[in-house]
Amino acid sequence: MNEYKKSKIKSKIAWGIAIFFALIQLVLTLTPFFFMIVNSFRKQFDMLQQGVFHLPDPWYFKNYFEVVTHGFFGYFLRSVIVVAISLILMLAISAFAAYPLARMKFKLNAFIYATIVAMMSVPMHVTLIPIFKLTTNVGLYDSLGSLIGPYVAFALPMSVFILTAFMKTIPKEIEESAEIDGCNKFKNFFKIILPLSKSGLSTLAIYNGVSMWNEFAFANTFLITPAKKTLPLALGQFKGEHSLNIPINMAVLTLSVLPMIILFIIFQDKLVKGMMAGAVKG
Amino acid sequence: MEKGRNIGLARAKARSTAKAATVFLLPALILIAIFIVYPVIDTFAISGFKWNGISADKIFNGLGNWKELLHDEMFWKSFEHNLIVMVFSILLQIPIGMLLATFLDAGGKKFNFFKIIWFLPYLMSSVAIAFLFVYALATNGGLISSLATIINGKRTTIDLLGKAPNALYTIIGVMAWQFTPFYMVYFIAGYGNIDTTIYEAAIIDGATRGQYIRHIAIPLLGPIFKTACTMSLIGSLKYFDMIWNMTQGGPAGTTELMATYMYKLSFQQFNMGYGSTVAAGMFILITAIALLFNKVFKVKEDY
Repeated sequence: MNEYKKSKIKSKIAWGIAIFFALIQLVLTLTPFFFMIVNSFRKQFDMLQQGVFHLPDPWYFKNYFEVVTHGFFGYFLRSVIVVAISLILMLAISAFAAYPLARMKFKLNAFIYATIVAMMSVPMHVTLIPIFKLTTNVGLYDSLGSLIGPYVAFALPMSVFILTAFMKTIPKEIEESAEIDGCNKFKNFFKIILPLSKSGLSTLAIYNGVSMWNEFAFANTFLITPAKKTLPLALGQFKGEHSLNIPINMAVLTLSVLPMIILFIIFQDKLVKGMMAGAVKG
Repeated sequence: MEKGRNIGLARAKARSTAKAATVFLLPALILIAIFIVYPVIDTFAISGFKWNGISADKIFNGLGNWKELLHDEMFWKSFEHNLIVMVFSILLQIPIGMLLATFLDAGGKKFNFFKIIWFLPYLMSSVAIAFLFVYALATNGGLISSLATIINGKRTTIDLLGKAPNALYTIIGVMAWQFTPFYMVYFIAGYGNIDTTIYEAAIIDGATRGQYIRHIAIPLLGPIFKTACTMSLIGSLKYFDMIWNMTQGGPAGTTELMATYMYKLSFQQFNMGYGSTVAAGMFILITAIALLFNKVFKVKEDY
């Protein structure tokens, strides 16, 4: 009994220490967010006068008004367009490619699969100059179209990898019975495989949607005109125009993070699963 | 007769399968060829030229650029910074992520609140994090300097981003803030994959939770641990977005990484010939380190 009591006390102390550190981690995580949100509600010069730990006095909402009326929605909309087009293309093309790799026997299957998977580890910076050259040559430089090709291509290897594994789990018998009923491979794909792959596709959509939404290096290289830039570039644009007005910059930041936080709250489990799927890519 | 017809049928079927496979695979293969395979080859090709990226005249330079790279102090310094970032990323993000996951796994559903809050930094883009921390760590009105002022009772400034040794370690800290949640989730999934009967059996045999974690769960997480290290390693060797928006490699090149150096050469100084050499060198180094790491770890697993 004495032993039991001792171990109980020990475990209570251990939990106490653990919760102490958990709270420290909580404070470390939240402080920058607190800084961002609180300061976005100040007037420009109030920040330095009141100090950062003081709540805004008065709460000032015009920063958001200013940001929204100065092109924020344009950046937002352009990001939505690029991500939507790239995602739809990417999902269709990767499902197309995964189908034969997962479910057909042909000579080069293993080789093609290995080649595609190997592409996961190519860093985008190695491709930046040639793709820059390519976009200028075909006249896509400084247009949203320049981003779609690279976004789709760089998301493909990982998506094909995940979808191939996913499609392998669909029982063979379903397809065989359809084939006896006179379905060819194309009908099989659209009528059976694609609908059954929905949950794999939605996981991939979330993971790749987040990384396309946040993509910076390609966008920063290919887009020059402010009226053509995507959301990750909006931050730099606003900072350039209001470099001394920190609260306005904080409002831009808050608005750009908000959609992600709302998405996270709605699709928490899916998002986490999607990120796990992306983990193989690193 | 019967046999011959069967072989004919099988062949016809194989042919039609091959045809269908080609049609399905073609779009993906074309895109990968245009945007990944060809560019990698082209980067190596351009690395042999002096070229500003715009004008038509490319001057063939043979191995000149590569010789320059071998003696380029800035490149090797950048590589060294990458290695420092890599080591500290692995030492900070993975153990902390694992501790947080262990805490959440032991606590179960009632700690969901912690999980949601702890995950938040990973939802921000690297660019947004860069801008946020430039202001949050500023000497004027930043969090740390304000805190120091309050503690000291007089105006105190702590320059975290503008001074030489501080800047790189500050960036390592911000990276830990950003990526630790990712490894946390990764290890949560790892714990989730351990069969609950193993835990029950251990408890019935009289193990405490601490013993279970130390002697059973952590060894079982071995492979996940290795993948996490590989991801952290590759990620830190090609790191770009946040540094570019936070310090652009400054002050005085002390936070320059291979990727920022390559970007500067190519798209600010328009020295795309040599920029390609740096990109190609980066590709070789990352591949070599990743392969080496995998080999070393495999040897260790054999013990």
